[in-house]
Amino acid sequence: MNLARIAYPVAGLLLILAIWAAACWLAAIPTVVLPSPARVAVALHDRAGLLAEEGWVTLRETLYGFALALLVGLPLAVAVANSRRLNMMFYPLLVALQSVPKVALAPILLIWLGTGLASKLAVVWLVAFFPIIIDTAAGLRATPRELVELGRSLNASPWQMFIKVQFPAALPFVITGAKVAITLAVIGAVIAEFVSSSEGLGYLLLSATSQLDTPLAFAALIALSVMGLLVYAMVELVERLIAPWLPPVPTRS
Amino acid sequence: MVALEDASFEFEAGEFVALLGPSGCGKTTLLRIIAGLIAKTSGSVTIAGQEITRPDGKYGFVFQAASLMPWRSVIDNVLFPMEILHRNDAAARRRAEHLLDLVDLAAFQRARPHQLSGGMQQRVALCRALIHQPPLLLMDEPFGALDELTRFGMNDLLLRVREETGASVLFVTHSISEAVYLANKVLVFSRRPARVALEIAVDLPARRTQQIRFTDAFKRLEHQASEALGVLGPVA
Repeated sequence: MNLARIAYPVAGLLLILAIWAAACWLAAIPTVVLPSPARVAVALHDRAGLLAEEGWVTLRETLYGFALALLVGLPLAVAVANSRRLNMMFYPLLVALQSVPKVALAPILLIWLGTGLASKLAVVWLVAFFPIIIDTAAGLRATPRELVELGRSLNASPWQMFIKVQFPAALPFVITGAKVAITLAVIGAVIAEFVSSSEGLGYLLLSATSQLDTPLAFAALIALSVMGLLVYAMVELVERLIAPWLPPVPTRS
Repeated sequence: MVALEDASFEFEAGEFVALLGPSGCGKTTLLRIIAGLIAKTSGSVTIAGQEITRPDGKYGFVFQAASLMPWRSVIDNVLFPMEILHRNDAAARRRAEHLLDLVDLAAFQRARPHQLSGGMQQRVALCRALIHQPPLLLMDEPFGALDELTRFGMNDLLLRVREETGASVLFVTHSISEAVYLANKVLVFSRRPARVALEIAVDLPARRTQQIRFTDAFKRLEHQASEALGVLGPVA
């Protein structure tokens, strides 16, 4: 059962790599257009140091921006969920702003914050902030009515109500928001590097393609994917640590 | 919209009163008014001479759904009221263990709610409602979602637990036989706007067993309640 769950995806991956390699070889596709898997592997191996160095830059941008989004998003969600007035003022705005393509703001943020770390963090923060605040606010307001009544029947203080009922009940929503946010955070970091940067995997990808070093571009792409998986797994790990009570998610077959 | 018109009734400490009526007749609303959870437009609720306008924490509430907290173990769910009341000490824990033992869940103290069946969850909810030793237990169709066999078992269990704790009970239900089986007094409510259509004193032996359901006295009481509910149709 467990073996099959690993064996099948690996087989699928190998099949795709085989088709890729065969296509490169049979159609004699130039390396500049599409390098063979072997060439990409060589690039990954030879430039590992460079990839790790640039990856570290992007990882830092991603994590700092994500942490910042949590830091600002969670308290704001609490405020919006608990105040009728704030909710009516800002919740529709937040939902509407969610549809703004926030990466389009990257060039403007660059003008405001310069080409350094600040502008990268701002872009990452912007894309990660919305899922966190929207999901958390929704979760805080979806506290089961009976639990609220139970607390009220015991004359629970507002603080007890929040810390013992509302927040734990909203935690699954917060985690869902964080999972969306962390994937978006990686995208935000890469976009920010595309717009202006002299370091990071996004910058490496851009400079590699401009120098027609396509194998390195693919290697950077793979490094980015691995990093994306890594940070997502991190959020899942945190989920298991702080909310081990969540009923096991049924795996789709 | 008027949910309740004339819901006047009195009951004595130690009584088990069933509020019986059709679905949506306002029984649940009445129970929440008594609990101080929702405001009433007129009338008054007094418990032991005290007017109830807001929750006073002197009752236990059991909801239709067990409404346990999935992030707490069974025993921590039971202890939740004691945490809120700042009385979560060793004595509270002993009492929680005792209550869980009383409802045959001693082995499940550390389990998570999602690992329990519906009936077991509702038994945990009963322990949670009794942990702070309230003189009054308010129950809102607590066994409505259970199958009949489980419900019979829960009825006996509730009577046993009540005997041990001595709490008065206000029990909302739409099951005629459940009302007659459990209560000393059955208040039959009419359709919306609800009023008390009939008050039935249940003169069955204090110690109930499932055998009692098949006695003439039991059937006569069920018949009386059915008639007051209007389920028998016009008399031919």
